[in-house]
Amino acid sequence: MLDLDDIQYLLLNRAPARAGRYEFLSFHSAAAGRAWLSAMVEQVHSVQTMRASIADEKRWVTLAFTWNGLRALGVDEAALATFPEEFRQGMAARAEILGDTGANHPDHWVGGMADPDLHAIVLLFTRDLEEQARCQKELADLLADAPGTEVLSTLDVAAVPPLDYAHDHFGYRDQLTNLAIEGSGDEPLPGSGGLLKPGEFILGYPDELGPPTAEPQPEVLSRNGSFMAYRRLQEHVGKFRDFLAQHGETPAEQELLAAKLMGRWRSGAPLVLAPDRDDPALAADPQRNNDFNYKQDDPYGYAVPLGAHIRRVNPRDTAASINRHRMIRRGATYGPHLPDDAPEDGQERGIAAFVLCASLIRQFEFAQNVWINDKNFHELGNERDPIIGTQDGTLEFKIPTRPIRRRITGLPAFTTVRGGAYFFIPGLKALRWLAAG
Amino acid sequence: MAIPEGGFFPDEVEYGRYGPIFPKTPACYGFTIVAKIIPGREEVFREHGRTIEKAVKDQPDILAPLELHYLRWVLFEIKGETYFMYQGIFDTDFDKYTEDAVALFSQSGISTVFENLEGFPADWKTNPPAFIEFVRAHHCPSFLEYGEYPYVSADEIKKSLRVKYLVSQILDQMQ
Repeated sequence: MLDLDDIQYLLLNRAPARAGRYEFLSFHSAAAGRAWLSAMVEQVHSVQTMRASIADEKRWVTLAFTWNGLRALGVDEAALATFPEEFRQGMAARAEILGDTGANHPDHWVGGMADPDLHAIVLLFTRDLEEQARCQKELADLLADAPGTEVLSTLDVAAVPPLDYAHDHFGYRDQLTNLAIEGSGDEPLPGSGGLLKPGEFILGYPDELGPPTAEPQPEVLSRNGSFMAYRRLQEHVGKFRDFLAQHGETPAEQELLAAKLMGRWRSGAPLVLAPDRDDPALAADPQRNNDFNYKQDDPYGYAVPLGAHIRRVNPRDTAASINRHRMIRRGATYGPHLPDDAPEDGQERGIAAFVLCASLIRQFEFAQNVWINDKNFHELGNERDPIIGTQDGTLEFKIPTRPIRRRITGLPAFTTVRGGAYFFIPGLKALRWLAAG
Repeated sequence: MAIPEGGFFPDEVEYGRYGPIFPKTPACYGFTIVAKIIPGREEVFREHGRTIEKAVKDQPDILAPLELHYLRWVLFEIKGETYFMYQGIFDTDFDKYTEDAVALFSQSGISTVFENLEGFPADWKTNPPAFIEFVRAHHCPSFLEYGEYPYVSADEIKKSLRVKYLVSQILDQMQ
């Protein structure tokens, strides 16, 4: 059984939110940070309180800290040294491994994400924009009463119109993959990979290989915690639409090309199950929209190209020990909607996403390095993930088609990393332990 | 391809998740691990040979995730002490699949043999970084590598053999 009254809600639940705000903070002293944390900790939902209050609650708060943040709060050096090396280094230092080069390089990041003074994130989700405005003021008031805790930057997030389900600025349905973790009370949906061992995501529990080992110390800090990789990914909507128009003559051809890049129709219907035409009913049915595999169903990629986004970020039955590389995904969209008929306006818009896992190196970094940015993934030779891979205009995208495949060369970058960081997301007891110092 | 001392080209060192990646050569990626065995364990190594043979027979694709060309296991003596040489040639840089390889080693029994080497980390199953550190510390980089069919992957070779087989079938059908 999991300590549902201690694990932060974000790990097991998605808030029914249409808006939110991320605040990135820096502590001038341990005492200042603890004072602020003491005031904030009461707002944080555990899985249990979140589930119990979901009908009436309007806002959900998550707190997490960088390694520098844990140090700033006064965690001693011996304990800090027990955290994994990749977390100690931070995301910016791992740029080469992650593929954050060229325009994606930390030198170009915004919001102070590569700044060693980045210590904490407040991750606020709200039921609507009105509540977001109210909470924003509340957070500001709380900060005003906590001298020595400074806001480095903020990011407002909100659901993108016009569709009534979560989707990104390119129009792809989001939040399709929901993992079920043993002991969480969740039932696995078909195709989600069955019940996964909690230790793959939450520290202090058995993982796919057995009992927990080498957890960070002290236990009161690490138990029920998790690691969280933050990615702020700008989506170049104008460029994406131009690309579709350039390579597809009719709207139907353009839709198919968009689907091939992703591996799903923009509605969310998977190409393995709906290879020829979109199927919105299938897309909206969680019992069916993940119920597929590749090895038997689509070995050569005639439905989902071998290099398509969903085939890379979750290769399902075509990867070795897949359950050692699963990840929990959360996040939201930011920036203004670009209407279908509007030209690119130069404003930044994108997704601000979180990946939660027990091992950043084995899960998040593995996915970035081996699945997303390996040019030779599935022997493709000269490709990277067409949606979130590092693209410099020299790579291609191959679409297996009978009798001859289609090969698109000079793939542009549809996304750019604008910031990112590694956080540790402690359990509630650990938050109180940090606040007490 | 002649390789500088240390195993890396100083100007082109690429970093992986566990440190610098040994370069790909015309003979693909590979390692040559040389380590002293715990005295008296020779027979364990020979038994291991039979274990692996059986594992591959029972499940021919068991080693597939490693993308191998060849593996060679050698025991040899220097001044009355027995050493073990484990040489692998494969298509993916080992760093990328460290965790998968460690998992595979424990499932298939490849691992047991390493436990009979001096200095091998006892907690290797749960500690991939310690495992990889041992491998790196005992890897003797080549100073020269040659490939008669340079840079060709095992997958390409297998595909070519399949094409050859299919073409010969077509020719037979046309008789």
